[in-house]
Amino acid sequence: MADDAPIDQQVYDELIAQGKSERVALAKARAAALRQQRQGAPQGSEADDRAQGGVPAAGGETGGRDAPASGPSPGAEAAPAGQERVRQALATQGAAATGSGGAAAGAGADGPAAPGEPARRRLGLTTPPGIQTIKGKQEDKVYTWPHLISSEFVALLSILAFLLVFSSLVDAPLQELANPTESPNPAKAPWYFLGLQELLLYFHPMVAGVTLPGAIITGLIALPYLDRNPSQRPENRRTALTIYTLFLVFWATLTITGSFFRGPGLNWVWPWVDGIWFNL
Amino acid sequence: MSRIPSAQDVKRGVQGSVVWRSIFRPGSIYRGDHRDTSRERALAAMNNVLYHLHPVKVKRHGLKLSYTYCLGGSSFFLFIVLTITGIFLMFFYTPAAGTGTELAYADMQQLTTSVPFGELVRNMHRWSAHLMVLTTFLHMARVFYHGAYKPPREFNWVVGVILLLLTLLLAFTGYLLPWDQLALWAIVVGADIAGFTPVFGEEVRFLLLGGAEVGPDTLLRWYVLHVLALPFVLTIFLAVHFWRIRKDGGISGPL
Repeated sequence: MADDAPIDQQVYDELIAQGKSERVALAKARAAALRQQRQGAPQGSEADDRAQGGVPAAGGETGGRDAPASGPSPGAEAAPAGQERVRQALATQGAAATGSGGAAAGAGADGPAAPGEPARRRLGLTTPPGIQTIKGKQEDKVYTWPHLISSEFVALLSILAFLLVFSSLVDAPLQELANPTESPNPAKAPWYFLGLQELLLYFHPMVAGVTLPGAIITGLIALPYLDRNPSQRPENRRTALTIYTLFLVFWATLTITGSFFRGPGLNWVWPWVDGIWFNL
Repeated sequence: MSRIPSAQDVKRGVQGSVVWRSIFRPGSIYRGDHRDTSRERALAAMNNVLYHLHPVKVKRHGLKLSYTYCLGGSSFFLFIVLTITGIFLMFFYTPAAGTGTELAYADMQQLTTSVPFGELVRNMHRWSAHLMVLTTFLHMARVFYHGAYKPPREFNWVVGVILLLLTLLLAFTGYLLPWDQLALWAIVVGADIAGFTPVFGEEVRFLLLGGAEVGPDTLLRWYVLHVLALPFVLTIFLAVHFWRIRKDGGISGPL
């Protein structure tokens, strides 16, 4: 059905001359013709910018219906003339009537005009409610495929390559059989708990081992409900950023200290002098 | 009629077949009639079970590596790697310890000597685990610095904190399984810390260890937690996490 939609020959010829493919040129020319019919004023070759693939199909029918009022007009015609014709059409239809609801609009999209349909609607001058209303703000978006998926795939392969190479070169530790009677010196927790273990050297276990971690977890969970500052911009969040950064530095310092600066008996060592007591 | 079909003919025949077209749904680049149009790009995201974790369109600024550093995605991918390598390791591991039945440790030694790729897979599992703790932690920091926990994303931050805790627990429970000196004493230290819980300290410690001291019961308990219970819970929270990202409007920002 799209094949017999009217096309704007001028636009078509221009695009072919520019070296565009026949398919693209045809689609844009159809869109241009449709726009001319809808607006009643010639648009020339500005059509190129906004051509849409799906529009011409519907255009073939609406175009035929609206033809008497605002048919395709060859050559450059001034906009005021188009408006004049619209005014005449409105007068002849006696259409001071305003929109009579969504049902007429729905029918108007793909069937012949209903007798009582407001002329404004039939001329394509008003936006049918519920069809073309755009809600929400437009955002700068791209298609997930291929843009996001391809970069994710690269990230995935990079991690996999790193893992394979690293695992080929470095073996996971396997010490002698577990022996509950023979305690190694020092006995360290896994690295992600070494900050906690370090803290235990300074405070009573009730504080460092339970109260403080509990407070940190509770604080993290409650964070979005405590921080009521609606802004996401760094310059508006100086307090929050400062506190969190201090927390990160504090925790990283503890973990690094516990990992590399603690030796036998969990006494202080300088890793470049005494060696490193650290296992992954 | 007796013309030998060319490679093109074969390709067209295969891609046109009912079976092929039932597997590769519209939008797939493997379909014969695939065209790179907006419609097909949308269908590609919608008709693929993995891709459709994402919406059809994403905000352009979120594609920049310097915005997300791919930390959340990396954590998820490492979880997949850990699941696959973990299943492999389960075939060669028995969670049994104690005098005369030191099967766990014996299996670890067997794994490195007699199982093809055993050592490599164990290494990958171990390093992925450490890396996942790191990426999850860094992901949380990234989310904080972008203020991405603010409305409407408050609850997803909470789910994220739970996921971080579950990741730590998974790493910690896995740490015991080799049943060597390193594993045992790290768990002794960890369990002692948990024993300082106010009021219920002894009970918590007993519950964690399955006894008064670290022993064979602890190994079995942590094995079940590590291979079944915790991954199950984590997967549920992961599903909620991903779902909430979509429902809360995709990636936050731009700043």
